[in-house]
Amino acid sequence: MSQITAPERVAANKLAEAENRREHWEGEATTGHVVTGELDLSHNVILYLDDITVSFDGFRALNKLSLTIDAGELRCIIGPNGAGKTTMMDVITGKTRPDSGKAFFGQTIDLTRMTEPEVAHAGIGRKFQKPTVFERHTVFENLELAMKTDKRVRNTLFASLFDDQRDKISEVMKQIRLDKAADRVAGLLSHGQKQWLEIGMLLMQDPKLLLLDEPVAGMTDDETERTAELFVSLAGKHSLMVVEHDMTFVEALGGKVTVLCEGSVLAEGDLATVQADPRVIEVYLGR
Amino acid sequence: MRTPFTVRLFQSMPKTGWVALAIFALITWVGVPVAHVMLPDTHPLHMSAYIVSLLGKILCYMVVAVAMDLIWGYAGILSLGHGLFFALGGYAFGMYLMRQIGRDGSYGADLPDFMVFLDWKELPWYWAGSDNFVWAVFLAMALPGAVAFIFGWFAFRSRIKGVYFSIITQALTYAAMLLFFRNETGFGGNNGFTDFKRILGHDITSPEMRATLFALSAALLMGCLILGRYLVGSRFGRILTAIRDAESRVMFIGYNPLHYKLFIWTLSAVLCGLAGALYVPQVGIINPSEMSPANSIEIAVWAAVGGRGTLIGAVLGAGIVNLAKSYFTVTVPEYWPFFLGFLFIAVTLYLPDGVVGLWRKLMTRKAGDSAEAAPQPARAAAEGKTGEISDTATKGASA
Repeated sequence: MSQITAPERVAANKLAEAENRREHWEGEATTGHVVTGELDLSHNVILYLDDITVSFDGFRALNKLSLTIDAGELRCIIGPNGAGKTTMMDVITGKTRPDSGKAFFGQTIDLTRMTEPEVAHAGIGRKFQKPTVFERHTVFENLELAMKTDKRVRNTLFASLFDDQRDKISEVMKQIRLDKAADRVAGLLSHGQKQWLEIGMLLMQDPKLLLLDEPVAGMTDDETERTAELFVSLAGKHSLMVVEHDMTFVEALGGKVTVLCEGSVLAEGDLATVQADPRVIEVYLGR
Repeated sequence: MRTPFTVRLFQSMPKTGWVALAIFALITWVGVPVAHVMLPDTHPLHMSAYIVSLLGKILCYMVVAVAMDLIWGYAGILSLGHGLFFALGGYAFGMYLMRQIGRDGSYGADLPDFMVFLDWKELPWYWAGSDNFVWAVFLAMALPGAVAFIFGWFAFRSRIKGVYFSIITQALTYAAMLLFFRNETGFGGNNGFTDFKRILGHDITSPEMRATLFALSAALLMGCLILGRYLVGSRFGRILTAIRDAESRVMFIGYNPLHYKLFIWTLSAVLCGLAGALYVPQVGIINPSEMSPANSIEIAVWAAVGGRGTLIGAVLGAGIVNLAKSYFTVTVPEYWPFFLGFLFIAVTLYLPDGVVGLWRKLMTRKAGDSAEAAPQPARAAAEGKTGEISDTATKGASA
């Protein structure tokens, strides 16, 4: 230490200070009033839904639904149309409030009291059924906006990218195979590429739990296969919940499968077990 | 390394933009004042008081148009009540102008004439401090800003969007107009404020004062353009357009649209307020008709004619429409409303991206003719595409 000259030490201190300041926001909720606290994974459960009911004008979209997802798990959700898959995601992301029941992220974070941006900050990323990217923005800008950072007005007024943030964007662009299309406007991408871009936007948020609603709809077989590879590589570090109709894709993912029907869980297990279940065959696969 | 703020501010506008601004500054800060104040009336380049006031007035309108473009063009929020913020700024500064009359009014009293006429004995409480220039300028920004903030807070928090929001803003300005028409409100009823004499003790009708107000209006416009360019080029601006295009997606990636909308909405109102404060001394009157719904709709027409989401389009639109208005209302006043209506329909049907959009289309066509065009206008093409979609949408709606 004694060899370091004074100016060097000052410079090093300044750098450390700057780092500290940047790190500061990462620990706290940055959009709102609710401090969400740390994600507590002490029981190895990342998502815990218990007895959730949601009714729309008397129709029970979710009927006493209970479901848990373990940390690092890759879970597929299947079920016929109207089984409540999308409503379940709405409940998890704060878009729909359940009439009754509990929804916890980890052990401590109560999802039923949070708004959409708060849920996003807590670490849940969502991909919609219909790919929604910002069509007028470039691929790079789409990823930049999704990036995990301070998302308050004050910061975005003066924000510019740090080198490591640029690197992160390039890395994700490679992962989703859009690195050659960085400056292309998202509206000009193919359907499959938009799906990938949206997955990339999720990755930029660095979420603990990814909710993916029909991520391979409209993709070619080749793209579907590569998506499966990507998801499998993400599991472990992230937890994934994938809603999908494409059975080849579900098989390729290889995780545990949950069958939803009329708003509650009908069966759960690996794909082969579930496919052999007579109730499942009756309501869904048999048709 | 992050790029320093000043560099980013400078980079937010292309070089041609800065050159154009410099030329504009030279004309409005040197050219016009010299032509108006120094040159004798007989000189061919002399600018009359009428022309300088008219152009100064249009500069203020241009500021309002830029403020409108920031919220409509970039954030997708169509306000049909922006005349309210403009008028509030005008009234706030108008109070100061009324106090500057002093005892030179028709009644020779300490109170403004209309209060004497109503037999009021003292100033209402909200006129306190109105004889202070700094307070008046502050109020011209703070009053519209506060009204916009409170209104925006409730409207955006309730997620009121699209045409519903537009209608409520229209109702807001109409309600304010009715309020200001009442004598009891304390702002001169339907006559409003007029007969101004001085600003900071200087004669308001002197050529020097007129040239100063004109130059200040030009400065405000340039400031707005620089600020606007910076905002829309920043990450903040990209989030605004993202909110316009896919608001729910913005929420799911962790931004709270309420704060973004509220910020740009309030800023837009403050800019309108400043424009109103410069407008009133130049036209010499402010009355509740400035709050009439038609005025606010006209502001939206300026932005649409010029081309939304371009900033410079708003400036051009306000210029074109108002010069046409001055021409029509002098020569054939009865046809002006028809012309305005025709303009609005024509722009919606044939020029969805306004004058600037037309210019860009011509430029890309020219570029396409001269060379096999190019990956570069890909963005323009995408924008054109969505433009067409909105075009057919409006066609469908009007059919």
